[in-house]
Amino acid sequence: MAARTTEPPAISTPAATRSGSASFWKSMRHSKVLLVMCLPAIVFFLVFAYGPMPGAYIAFTNFNYRDGIFGSPFVGLRNFEFLVKSGQLWLLTKNTVLYNVAFIVIGNVLQIALALMLNEIRSKYFKKVSQTLMFLPYFVSVVLIGVIAFNLLNYDTGALNALIISTGGNPVKIYSEAGLWPFIIVIAHLWQSTGYGSIVYFAAIMGLDTSMFEAAAIDGASAWQRIRYIILPSLKPTFVILLLFSLGGIMRGNFGLFWNLVGNNAQLFQTTDIIETSVYRMLTSQNNFTTSTAVGLYQSLFGFALVMTVNWIVRRINSDYALF
Amino acid sequence: MTTNVTGPATGGALPGAGVPAAAGAVPGGPSLETPDLTGTTLPGAPRKMKLDNSEVALRSISYAVVGVFALLCALPFLLIVSASFSQESKIMEHGFSLLPRGFSTEAYQLIFRSPRQILGSYAVTVIMTVAGSALGLAITAMTGYALQRKDFPLRNHISFFIYFTTLFSAGLAPTYLWVAVTLGLRGNYLAVFLQLLLSPWLIILMKNFARSVPYEVIESGKIDGAGDFRIFAQLVLPMLKPALATIGLFLALGYWNEWYLSSLYLGSTVEFKPLQYYLYNIINTANALRTSVAGANVTITDLPSNTLKMASAVVATGPIILLYPFVQKYFVSGITVGAVKG
Repeated sequence: MAARTTEPPAISTPAATRSGSASFWKSMRHSKVLLVMCLPAIVFFLVFAYGPMPGAYIAFTNFNYRDGIFGSPFVGLRNFEFLVKSGQLWLLTKNTVLYNVAFIVIGNVLQIALALMLNEIRSKYFKKVSQTLMFLPYFVSVVLIGVIAFNLLNYDTGALNALIISTGGNPVKIYSEAGLWPFIIVIAHLWQSTGYGSIVYFAAIMGLDTSMFEAAAIDGASAWQRIRYIILPSLKPTFVILLLFSLGGIMRGNFGLFWNLVGNNAQLFQTTDIIETSVYRMLTSQNNFTTSTAVGLYQSLFGFALVMTVNWIVRRINSDYALF
Repeated sequence: MTTNVTGPATGGALPGAGVPAAAGAVPGGPSLETPDLTGTTLPGAPRKMKLDNSEVALRSISYAVVGVFALLCALPFLLIVSASFSQESKIMEHGFSLLPRGFSTEAYQLIFRSPRQILGSYAVTVIMTVAGSALGLAITAMTGYALQRKDFPLRNHISFFIYFTTLFSAGLAPTYLWVAVTLGLRGNYLAVFLQLLLSPWLIILMKNFARSVPYEVIESGKIDGAGDFRIFAQLVLPMLKPALATIGLFLALGYWNEWYLSSLYLGSTVEFKPLQYYLYNIINTANALRTSVAGANVTITDLPSNTLKMASAVVATGPIILLYPFVQKYFVSGITVGAVKG
């Protein structure tokens, strides 16, 4: 038995379970404590993640409270038809994906640039203080980011308009200019996440063999060449992994940020409404369970297919990078 | 070093001189490529100068950009603190600015004149944060540890069972119906408390941390006759202190910054809203300022609403920022260790 328990992947496939079912139950008996340790988590995910899943059936019904989820009339794909025909699904998908593309592309470029520059800072004190300040935005709640936006951008008392007026300009009604909001949201996202996100790249640079830098210096490589030929290529694996992670989640929006910046301001929806905000609004202010569920299910299925596809491609290229 | 410097000094015309130096950096690299790196772009004698120049340039740019970015990250916080200490009339006249306009503590006095609401919110948030992080951490640690035990037959099945929830979810509306109606948790703090208790990402992170515990430690415990739980509690947990700090911090942050679940499940049904949801209401609903800050007997126009909003933000955020420098290192290890694989 001792030999059995030390064998690394005791049971890894259902096939193995069947072929050695006697020893399986034996080893299960021996690991019942481990199973009990997992039990609270299993119950948790069963109740809060798997429990609501059958409810996604609402997407195919004309839901009403009285008849409940499975008593409400079945309408097939009509809810989805409506969403596609009204163009709403396309707008939401477009906004969600485009915002994520901007976040991913600009975000990664800035994070790498920041990590490269942090690596050049020699003063420990300067580095520590600046890093502390840079991580701070990621640490506070998104509600506070909404407060900051209000402070900066509101028409009557906003700091930005105060600045414009003091330089002789005319104040701008920022909260009714839909065209400005993609910039505002991207800047807010970058402000919040660039400092923290740069840690991954910075750690990767710190992990590099310094003898490479010494050799490059002896060979007379300039600082730019050191970055171009040594550091950047070595960041590639980190970059690829992070990129894949974010590609898998490209259908998912940062609800908290969008909602606290835009909220229920219908003037801005054309450029700012993403799947999450729309689903939330349908549920909370329109009490529209069917459409909300349909959009949510569309997002979940599409996102799931996306992750599987990305992972399948990655596995074929280099299975070390695959998520599972 | 000196020979290398004089070598390419004659220019790229003598590639042979540059080869030995480059060969050190790129063993076996094709010699044809070496002049690119050492010869042509870096003519020898003035090279030491040029090398210093590029280093100096890069370093000064780095200090400047990092410094400016760090300031940009910090300034919005200053903006809010300044506004909270300003005089409302000055703000109405000139707008918010980086330094206080006039000086007044009126907003804070108003908040703490009838501190019932804010203190109640603090109590709710602190209790949820402490209890939730402790319980969540205990469960996360047990699960993460058990799932990386290579002799646990069900570990792959359970890992997938948990990981799958990150790939597919029921969506907002079915989850809301399930938790609020089926489980009957509408208006119950438990709806918020329970849903924040565990996160698949933190369990995976814990699993990655727990991998660092050598199997020999577990083995030695077994030889001494300790049960699996004792091995975990007495041998493994002490080795995982940094992991516990990191995951505890993320759980605590989740509870402290919570406003979303509160907006869905609590709304206005509870007397004391969790702190960030309390702040959310003050910022977004005109009425909340009157009911939850100043007491019902004041009209909204008499209130210094701009400075009050900012002072509420400071009060709701303050403690966590003061705590932040002490926990920063765990915050950092969360993202560097968490190569989140399923």
